[in-house]
Amino acid sequence: MAPEPPLLSMSGITKSFPGVRALDGVDLDVQAGEVHCLLGQNGAGKSTLIKVLAGAHQPDTGTIRWRGEAVTLRSPIAAMRLGIATIYQELDLVEHMTVAENVHLGHEPTTAGFVVRPRTARESTAELLTRLGHPEIEPGRTVGELSAAQQQIVSMARALSHDVRLIVMDEPSAALDPDEVDNLFRIVDGLTADGVAVVYISHRLEEIRRIGDRVTVLKDGRAVAGGLPARSTPTREVVALMTGRDVEYVFPPRPASPPTGEPVLTVENLSRKGEFAPLDLELRPGEIVGLAGLVGSGRSEILETVYGARKPDSGRVLVDGRPLRPGSVRAAVRAGIGLAPEERKAQALLMLESVTRNVSLSAMSRFSRAGWIDRGAELGAARAATRELSLRPDNPNVPVRTLSGGNQQKAVLARWLLRGCRVLLLDEPTRGVDVGARAELYAVIRRLADEGLAVLLVSSEVPEVLGLADRVLVLREGDVVHTAPAPELDEHRVLDLVMEGSPAS
Amino acid sequence: MTQPVSPPRDSTDKVPAAGPAPAWRTVLFRADVRTLSLLGVLAALVLIGGITKPDEFLDTRNLQLVLTQASVIGVVTVGMTFVITSGGIDLSVGAIVALASVWATTVATQEFGFAGILFTAVLVGVGCGLVNGVLIAYGGMVPFIATLAMLASARGLALQITDGRTQVVTIDSVLDLGERDAYVLGIPPLVLVFAAVTVIGWLVLNRTTFGRRTVAVGGNAEAARLAGIDVRRQRLYLYLLSGLCCGIAAFLLIILAGSGQNTNGNLYELDAIAAAIIGGTLLTGGRGTIVGSVLGVLIFTTITNIFALNNLQSDVQQIAKGAIIVAAVLVQRRTASTT
Repeated sequence: MAPEPPLLSMSGITKSFPGVRALDGVDLDVQAGEVHCLLGQNGAGKSTLIKVLAGAHQPDTGTIRWRGEAVTLRSPIAAMRLGIATIYQELDLVEHMTVAENVHLGHEPTTAGFVVRPRTARESTAELLTRLGHPEIEPGRTVGELSAAQQQIVSMARALSHDVRLIVMDEPSAALDPDEVDNLFRIVDGLTADGVAVVYISHRLEEIRRIGDRVTVLKDGRAVAGGLPARSTPTREVVALMTGRDVEYVFPPRPASPPTGEPVLTVENLSRKGEFAPLDLELRPGEIVGLAGLVGSGRSEILETVYGARKPDSGRVLVDGRPLRPGSVRAAVRAGIGLAPEERKAQALLMLESVTRNVSLSAMSRFSRAGWIDRGAELGAARAATRELSLRPDNPNVPVRTLSGGNQQKAVLARWLLRGCRVLLLDEPTRGVDVGARAELYAVIRRLADEGLAVLLVSSEVPEVLGLADRVLVLREGDVVHTAPAPELDEHRVLDLVMEGSPAS
Repeated sequence: MTQPVSPPRDSTDKVPAAGPAPAWRTVLFRADVRTLSLLGVLAALVLIGGITKPDEFLDTRNLQLVLTQASVIGVVTVGMTFVITSGGIDLSVGAIVALASVWATTVATQEFGFAGILFTAVLVGVGCGLVNGVLIAYGGMVPFIATLAMLASARGLALQITDGRTQVVTIDSVLDLGERDAYVLGIPPLVLVFAAVTVIGWLVLNRTTFGRRTVAVGGNAEAARLAGIDVRRQRLYLYLLSGLCCGIAAFLLIILAGSGQNTNGNLYELDAIAAAIIGGTLLTGGRGTIVGSVLGVLIFTTITNIFALNNLQSDVQQIAKGAIIVAAVLVQRRTASTT
C-alpha cells in the first residue's frame, strides 16, 4: 500500500444530461508531481469529467477525495480554494483588461480589503511570467493584443497565482506552433518538478509519449483503462482501447459494380491555409467517398469549403464540369450540392418550427408562386420526402425539436431530397444518434447513393467511414496521407495513419 | 405514387392544424393559449373601462378614437414585428415617422397635393429603411447601433427641416380623411389602413416565402445561410419593410394631426417593441405573431384611454405599462418552458 493517498482520487463518477449519460462510473487517480493524460474520442466524456473536477458540473453520484479526504466541489471557487485550476481550450480571459488584471481577477491584492494595489499586482504577475519562461509579456498590456500562445501563458499564470496543486489542461497544444509546444512542455516539466500534478488532455499520441507519466482512456463515459504507463503502452493498444466497441455496426451492402459515370463533383487543388493542403477529388453518381481523420484534421473545413461556406485560398469546385463561384453557398445549392452539417441544431435546423417547414426550407420555390406558398403542396412534398426516409413520427407537423437525433438528421436529409440535390455532403451524420438508429441511417444513405446521389462523408468514427464508404481518404492535419478503396483498409490501419502519419505498409 | 393522405387526427391537439382544414378550425387551432390570454386581458380592460366610465368609454366616438390612435403605432408595430422576428431591432421607427411627417408637409411638398404628401412620406420611410438595411446587412453593423444612429440623425434632420415649427397641412383632400364624413360604416379610414396593413402583414409572415425566410433568419441565421437563403438580402428587405411601415404611419399621423412636427412619433420604438413582445414575438427572433402584436397595441392604447378618462396622470400610465410588459414576459417564459 502506498503510504500516502493520491493527491486526487475520483471514483464512480456519473453524470447524466437529458438524454445522455455523459459519465458512467469513471475512476481517476492523480499523484502529486505526475502528468496524467486523459485520452478519448469526441464525446467520450473528457470535457464533462474535467468540468466536474473544476466544480463547474456536479456529479450525480460518486466520490471525490482530495489528499485522502472526501470533498464536494460545489463551485469553481471551491475547486480553486483546494488548489485545482483548469485551463480550458477556449481561454477564459477578459480581452479588454490587462495581463495583470486578468491574472489577479477575483483575488486582487488590496489595501484595507478593497483598494486595489495595481503595482503589487503587476510585480507579482511579472514574477509568475518569468517563472513560466515568458518575461517578455508585459503585465500592463491588454490581453486582446497578445497571441494565442501568449494568452495561454497568461491563463497559466492565473492558475499559478493561486496556491495550485493540480492543473487541468484541455488540449493546450491545439492552438500552438511546434516551438511554442516545446515551451509548454518545459513549463509542464517545471510544474511537476515542484510537485504540482497536471491532468493533460490531448488528441496527439506523440505528445502524450513525450510528457505523460500515466494515461487514462475514456470511452462512452467510462474509464476503459486507468493509469497505464504513458511511454511504454503500444499505440495499437491505446487505439484499441479508444475504439473498442460494444456494438456491432450493421452496414448495407455495396453495389456489385463500382459506379462508372462521369464525375458529378470535381474538386481541383482546393486548399485553405492553415486548414487543409491542396486537395483533388472526384465524386461519381452513386458513389460514397469517406474522409477519415481526427478533429482538427481539416475534415469539416473541406466539406464547408466545397459547399462554399468558406472561401478557398486556391483551387475550385466543379459540378458537371462547370466551376462554381467560390465562397458562395447559394451557388453550390443551386448547382445541386447539399450539406448536412456537423452541428445539426446550430447549423441546420429551426428548432421552433415544424418538420415540414424545416424540410421545405431549401426548396420553397418548388411549391410557391410569386412568393405565395401552396401549403397543401408543401405538406404533401414534405410528407413524401420524410416517408421515403421513414422519419418517425410519421407526421410532418410535429415540431422538429421533439424528434430524436436520428430523425432530426433524417429531416435534414429530407430537405436535400426535396431540393433534388445530386451531391450530398455529410458531416458526422450519426453524431448524437442512438446506436440502434444508426443502421437505419446507414441504409438510407446507401439507398440515396444507389438512386444516383454522390455522397461525401466525414466521420470521426472510423468503422463508420470504412463500412459505409466505397473509397476512403485518410487525413492528418490537413493532408491526405492515404487513399484506398474502403474494403482494403481496416480500423487499426486507419488509426495508425491518422495518429502517427506513417503509412506502415 | 399515391396521393399523400392526411393521417387521422389523434388526440394530440398540440399539433397545429394540418393543411387544408376548414377555416374556422384553422382559426381555432391557431388561437393558442397566448392569443387567448391577450384577448382575455383586452376584454378585462374593456370591462374596467365600461365599469369606471360607462358612458364615456363605451361611447362610439371614444371607441373610434381608441382605434384611430392605435392605427398609427399599429402600422409601425407590424413592421417592427417582422424585424424582431428576424432577430433584429429597429430603434429608429419613431424618428423615421417624425422625419417622414415633416418632409411630407413642407410647403414645397404640399404643392404636389395629396399624392405628393403620400409619396414623400412613403419614400422617406423607405429611404431611411434602406440606409438601416444596407448598414446592417452589408456593412455588418449591429442593428441596435445602426438604428440608434438613424434615430439620432433622422430626429436631427426633422428638426432642421421644421426649425421646430408645426407645419400645418393645407390640402383639403388629406384633411378630409380625418373627418367623420370619410368614415366607412362608422370606421375611420385610418383604422381601415391599419386593418389592411395587419391582414397583409399576417399573410406575408405566414403564407409567403418572404415570411418563411424571415422566421428562418431569426430562428437560426447560420442554418438559413447553409440552407441556401440569402440572409443579407433578407435583412435588407426587412429594414426596408419597417421603413415602409413608418412612412405609412407618418401619413396616417399627418391626417390625424393635420400637421407635421419634428416631435412626432416620440418613443414609438419603445411602444412598438413592447407591443410586439407582449404579443408573443420572441426578442431573440425565430417566432413572430402579427395577431399578438396588434392585440398588444390595442391593450396599450386602451389602457392609455381608460387612464385618460379617469384623469390619471401619464406617470401612472407609464408604470402600468412597465408592469404589463414584465408580467407578459414572465407568463411567456412559463409557457415557453412547459411546451
